[in-house]
Amino acid sequence: MTTSGWIIMALSVGGTSGLFLWCIARVLRRPDKTEKLHGVLDTELKIEEEERQRRREERARD
Amino acid sequence: MNRPAPENWSTRIGVILAVTGSAVGLGNFLRFPGLAAKYDGGTFMIPYFIALLLLGLPLAWAEWSMGRYGGTRGHHSSPGIFRLLWKNRAAPYLGVLGLIVPIVIYMYYVFIESWCLGYAWHYLTGAMDLGKDPKAYGAFFQSYVGIEENASLFADPFRGPLVFLVICIALNFILINRGLTRGIELFCLWAMPLLALCAVLVLIRVLTLGTPDPSQPELNVLSGLGQMWNLGSPEKSVWQSLADGRMWMEAAGQIFFSLSVGFGVIITYASYLRRDDDIALSATTAATGNQFFEVSLGGLITIPSAFIFLGAAGVVGGTFALGFNTLPLVFEHMPLGRWVGFLWFFLLFLAAITSSLSMLQPAIAFLQEGLGLTRTRATALLCGVGTAGTLFVVWFSKKLTALDTFDFWVGTFCIFLLASVQTFIFGWVFGPAQGLAELDRGAGLRIPRLFAFVIKYVSPVYLLAIFALWAWQNMGGYVTSFREDPVVRWSILFLLGVLALFLWWIRIAVKRWEMEEQSS
Repeated sequence: MTTSGWIIMALSVGGTSGLFLWCIARVLRRPDKTEKLHGVLDTELKIEEEERQRRREERARD
Repeated sequence: MNRPAPENWSTRIGVILAVTGSAVGLGNFLRFPGLAAKYDGGTFMIPYFIALLLLGLPLAWAEWSMGRYGGTRGHHSSPGIFRLLWKNRAAPYLGVLGLIVPIVIYMYYVFIESWCLGYAWHYLTGAMDLGKDPKAYGAFFQSYVGIEENASLFADPFRGPLVFLVICIALNFILINRGLTRGIELFCLWAMPLLALCAVLVLIRVLTLGTPDPSQPELNVLSGLGQMWNLGSPEKSVWQSLADGRMWMEAAGQIFFSLSVGFGVIITYASYLRRDDDIALSATTAATGNQFFEVSLGGLITIPSAFIFLGAAGVVGGTFALGFNTLPLVFEHMPLGRWVGFLWFFLLFLAAITSSLSMLQPAIAFLQEGLGLTRTRATALLCGVGTAGTLFVVWFSKKLTALDTFDFWVGTFCIFLLASVQTFIFGWVFGPAQGLAELDRGAGLRIPRLFAFVIKYVSPVYLLAIFALWAWQNMGGYVTSFREDPVVRWSILFLLGVLALFLWWIRIAVKRWEMEEQSS
């Protein structure tokens, strides 16, 4: 393995790995709007379910 | 009119892994190292990275932005998206390339995928212990894929390779029928980290081999790495190597095929993003992810391991020879070789199935939005067409002629055509300014403004130059084989049949879309 081989390998492997890890870190740091949307949807579904449960209980009491 | 319920990716990392999974395939672990070794190791990386910057990344960004643009306007397939972007009667029909390229590649790719699964199973059960004679591995491969005689694999269909083929086909269609998020995304969320883990384990084994045979001290890990990465060779200087036009062409071809640009897959996958979802960072992450698997894992495993045990002669050969003849022989010499062999072929299987799954989605999306079929009916119809093509390839297995013909005309020629059409529509119809605006919306990364110039002028010229050189070098042989070999003629007739079928379906879809537009 020559010195130039080491340099090319370090630049190629280090460059691609470094860039990929940098991109992944950036992706993971950004809040995922999609997951947030799911969060909102889940909350809405929970509220609706609670509302239905309350109505069922009221009907049962009546 | 029936319109499928809108589907979207459930997480950003899911779409990135799905696109990376589509791009990472056998080429990353076998073709790329083989080319680097052929063109004096490290010297190859210079045209390789230049092609990545001038061709690969611009085309990937263009495809992602056209995809999201079309998806937010209700289209997920190339015919629909091209019709939306280019108000020309020919536009949806040019989109046929975005359907037949992935489905025809699927037809033979699933066959190769089944070899990887079969080899992994044979390693797991210990059936791959064929001794240290190189000829034994060549003979095993030839008989396994049916190279000697047409239809030889059907002699005993319930044992051997066809069983693995049926498993692969079933797995692909079960997963695709589960839908975008529960099928493709969920599978890639598990398969891609598992693929990376297998590759890292094999890499650790290769890098810790030291000098396995003390009687041949020159065959060691460092010399193996040198074979892959050294700049120039004793016979040629770096400048002499760089003057080789074929190296530039093959480096650009490798980038182009490896990133899956011009396949019609990215445009469909990106169409399931929401209007303000990021595409710039996701596209770059998927592209660099593919490069990570190719350069950092494939580049450190394949050639060094082959050199350590077989010397310089072991690193020469095409993709199939290196993967299915040379490396099994290497694993035979290697301590813990049986388990490394299993991991290696299992990782190739995972790389292949994440790619083949992606090849089915464009046609499924089209059958749903163009013909109004439910996902299950679209899957069943595509299963029929795809399996017919696969059986054709498996039947005409002698010298792998049908596979080779499909790969040449669709897996190479049509990909060039589709990439040229996409570059034209993006650069000259949609316009780089609008394209940049699309890329900037919701972006997690600012794309350099130079991209507008590169995608309009540099990428098309680069693409056409490679296309012309490739055609100049390869077309003559294939035209001759068309005249001489009846299997080649049958294969082309089959491909024309598939083309006609999809053109007919596009005609029906266009009529449906026109009626929808008139009624609304």
